Amino acid sequence: MSKTSVQVGRVIWVNGPVVRARGSQRVGMLEVVEVGDEHLVGEVIGLELDIITIQVYEETSGLHPGAPVYGIGMPLSVELGPGLLQSIFDGVQRPLPVLKQRSGAFIGRGIKTTPLYRKQKWAFTPRVEAGDVVQGGTILGVVPETLLIEHRIMVPPDVSGRLTWVAPEGEYTIEEPIARLTPLNPPYEGGSPPSTSPMEGGQRGVSGERALTMFHRWPVRRPRPYRRRLPPSELLVTGQRVLDAFFPLAKGGAAAIPGGFGAGKTIAQHQIAKWSDADVVIFVGCGERGNEMTEVLQEFPDLTDPRSGHPLMERTILIANTSNMPVAAREASIYTGITLAEYYRDMGYHVALMADSTSRWAEALREISGRLEEMPAEEGYPAYLAARLAEFYERAGYVTTLNGAPGSVSVIGAVSPPGGDFSEPVTQHTSRFIRCFWALDKALASARHFPAINWLESYSEYVGEVSDWWREQGHEDWHALREQALEILQRENRLQQVVKLVGPDALPDDQRLILETARLLREGFLQQNALDEVDSYATIEKQMRMLQIILHFHERSVRIIAKGCPIIVIHDLPIVNTLVRMKTTVPNEQVEQIDEIWKALDEQMDQVKKDYM
Amino acid sequence: MEIAEYGGQEVAGVARVEGPIVVVTGLGNVGYDEVAEVVDSQGRIRRGRVLEVGEGVAVVEVFAGTIGLSIEDTHVRFLGRSMRLPVSTEMLGRVFDGLGVPIDGGPEPLAERWADVNGQPINPTARVYPRDYIQTGISALDGMNTLVLGQKLPLFSGSGLPHDQLAAQIVRQATLPLSEREGGGGGGRFAIVFAAMGVKHDVAEFFRDSFAASGALTRVAMFLNLADDPPIERLVTPRAALTLTEFLAFERGLHVLVVLTDMTNYCEALRQISNIRGEVPSRKGYPGYLYSDLASIYERTGRIEGSNGSITQLPILTMPNDDITHPVPDLTGYITEGQIVLSRELFQRGIYPPIAVLPSLSRLMKDGIGEGHTRADHAHLSAQLYASYAHVHDVRALASVIGEEELTSVDQRYLKSGQAFEREFVGQGTTENRTVEETLDTGWRVLSILPREELTRVSEEEIAQYYNLPPRGGD
Repeated sequence: MSKTSVQVGRVIWVNGPVVRARGSQRVGMLEVVEVGDEHLVGEVIGLELDIITIQVYEETSGLHPGAPVYGIGMPLSVELGPGLLQSIFDGVQRPLPVLKQRSGAFIGRGIKTTPLYRKQKWAFTPRVEAGDVVQGGTILGVVPETLLIEHRIMVPPDVSGRLTWVAPEGEYTIEEPIARLTPLNPPYEGGSPPSTSPMEGGQRGVSGERALTMFHRWPVRRPRPYRRRLPPSELLVTGQRVLDAFFPLAKGGAAAIPGGFGAGKTIAQHQIAKWSDADVVIFVGCGERGNEMTEVLQEFPDLTDPRSGHPLMERTILIANTSNMPVAAREASIYTGITLAEYYRDMGYHVALMADSTSRWAEALREISGRLEEMPAEEGYPAYLAARLAEFYERAGYVTTLNGAPGSVSVIGAVSPPGGDFSEPVTQHTSRFIRCFWALDKALASARHFPAINWLESYSEYVGEVSDWWREQGHEDWHALREQALEILQRENRLQQVVKLVGPDALPDDQRLILETARLLREGFLQQNALDEVDSYATIEKQMRMLQIILHFHERSVRIIAKGCPIIVIHDLPIVNTLVRMKTTVPNEQVEQIDEIWKALDEQMDQVKKDYM
Repeated sequence: MEIAEYGGQEVAGVARVEGPIVVVTGLGNVGYDEVAEVVDSQGRIRRGRVLEVGEGVAVVEVFAGTIGLSIEDTHVRFLGRSMRLPVSTEMLGRVFDGLGVPIDGGPEPLAERWADVNGQPINPTARVYPRDYIQTGISALDGMNTLVLGQKLPLFSGSGLPHDQLAAQIVRQATLPLSEREGGGGGGRFAIVFAAMGVKHDVAEFFRDSFAASGALTRVAMFLNLADDPPIERLVTPRAALTLTEFLAFERGLHVLVVLTDMTNYCEALRQISNIRGEVPSRKGYPGYLYSDLASIYERTGRIEGSNGSITQLPILTMPNDDITHPVPDLTGYITEGQIVLSRELFQRGIYPPIAVLPSLSRLMKDGIGEGHTRADHAHLSAQLYASYAHVHDVRALASVIGEEELTSVDQRYLKSGQAFEREFVGQGTTENRTVEETLDTGWRVLSILPREELTRVSEEEIAQYYNLPPRGGD
């Protein structure tokens, strides 16, 4: 926090991360304060006459009544500008590598640092000229932030006016002015309400002229404005077959991955972070394991983006609040993440935000609420849990930005229900605000069927919306294939109930064929090995070819069995094994190999047909 | 554990005593989480800690309990700092109480430095991702749930199950990966920290004897809060133990294996304090911050940059009523890097170790095995064993309805392989120490009972190499 602080009160009560102070009545709700001699960062969460209730983002051990409280005069905000990508921040946007320099391997307290590095020079190319009238969202110029992402420097949303000066092409730090403008009346256009907080896009000069720099601040709890919302209609390609083909998430949509521990939430999230076709990926590790963040940190720089060939880290921002880091910062980390996501959306990018896990965030709410002695609703959670979840998921969306470009934020929230029981409050409330539900199943995980996404319990309401997209990609049959495959799997489920009672041998052959095809679908299509080089990611081309050939196998088998061929003959065909293994044997770049398999399939079927005609 | 220091403040005003908590009034500057010494009418000192402070008021938990404290004659001294433990290498080979005070009759160890028992969170950017496996000699672990140096892997057990034997066997047989052995001169870099919370004397004795039998006693530090010790003290025991552990691992470069038993007792002490303070409970009366509190223990594990040492945690917890969805195992499973689940059913069938393979998991296994670590076929083999064994359970359910004779011949082979898996792969002697190769070959023998076509998780090449291996011993 670079702002100068003034003392606003004194501590009167401490209970873990919740602190009460007595002091000035001019402190605002959700304003950032610094507590005690160590200047621990906190946020005002309650005001009653002269009593200020504060949640502190750092460990409060040793804090005592009488300690000073300083006001910053602004709400909890993030810095938005070049240098965000490839960074790893804590829940309140402090860069963890800087904390490491200052306090070593263990995170110390009261460390003040700026989120963005001030000294780095960025190559700025202007896109506007002096005299232009600009408003919130107008792109002033561009900076190559990484090889993958061009950072578009925008006028802060609540600023507009006529440019009096624009910096020439050159290298600047984020604090140097790159443009000056004089405000026009009326100052606000579009849907953006006047800001009540001092946003920093630069400083106001005496003449009313305002300097703009390459970064500005934005309060995390306030959604960034856009021009209008559009219906989500494009598939967020994840390269994960069960998701793309069966339960698609649209760009700008919201999905939840609920599952008990060990069901594979984290690997599923990592896979989407690695392979999805979002331009920018923001990964919020919220109350999870330290080693998992380390794994991402060590693995992502070595992974290359399948589309551009550049390291994946160049499009990634990590926010880490591990389970033993202060609980209040965990509550903030989700908002920090989504605000960064909206910022890149405003540049016209498609952003995917993973939050692992939203349950930890909800528990942080519960912990703070408990210490405030609020009346609990279900299972000790505060009554406003549902409202907070709704607010968060509603920040996902496909929009036309203030500068007219399309952009989107897709949100994928992991949910960790206690005991894997989906009837608990966080899962239940979440499912009301998302439209894509990827239910993880402990039984599948135990059998090492990964991703352990249960095809009977999961759903996607985006199926209708993305059908046109599939058609545009030349896969008119996607919808039909999906329906067929899901139907076979559903019939298998019903048949399995019978099999459990009488064994598979008692079934007629046409029903046993359903079991056989369903096995092919499960083992050959739905199961996807994240650790296998070939199988980790499947192009939509490969996904469709795989689905087509499995269903082709089914159709041909149905006809042959109708002719009286016993199922065992089909079961023993060598092609069955080939189909199970094609996910790992056919590389994405050589999907035409499936044509060969197709030919072999037809030949073997023709032979069987000949034998039984 | 604390050396009496001056500079704190002493007050007489105890206003309320309730369970293990005293409320002290008439104070000046007392900080949250500060250490207190409660002095009774006879001048005896009990240690405590500040849970909440207001203006002139502090809520203090007294570890030894409040029996015999009176409002009138009790003094409370605040030490002006949070709880600290003296740490030094010479604490290895010693026995301490739950707060870290020696109880083996020896002198106070000389402190190399004092460390805050609460520790501090490790910066994720300073962690080194654990990749080196530990050979435990136990097939169900090495083959299916490989333990990795720097991992936290709890044992989920039930009362009466042999979790103590298993933990002791793991500690006894744990062998560092080759790279680490070469790096630092054999067993000299190995240490064990044992923390008992509310377990019986016999259990502590059992571990002690087991460490003694393997000649490791000089490399073990024991922190004992036994069943008849004050329950509130348990809240400090794992933290004291981990404070020493962090010093040994990160400042002295040792590979420390930490055994924490029994975490369920710890959580019950936490619930007790929470209930007395009238906090809003979440599930089963446990406080809403149980997750964060457990995380502050379990996350003190791993490896960090700039240090050769490591911390590997083996917490043991008994699941009340064998219920894995109980809040203690449930929240633990969300924090730890997997779990080893013991099965009463296997135990009753006489299989040791009775590890229920299907619900067990080692999250760090994937990076610690395979070529250059164990063997190239390891990942596929274990995936195949998991998948086949999961099918065995379906077949058994079917057989119980229609009878074994009615099963298809393939399913009958599944039954046979399931038997072999439990008896020969999972089952082994309490002192049997298998190499990873032996474990993997045994796995292949179990799979060879099944027809080749059923093995879809392993590659054709692997089948060619390992399917139908000759029986062990060869001659």
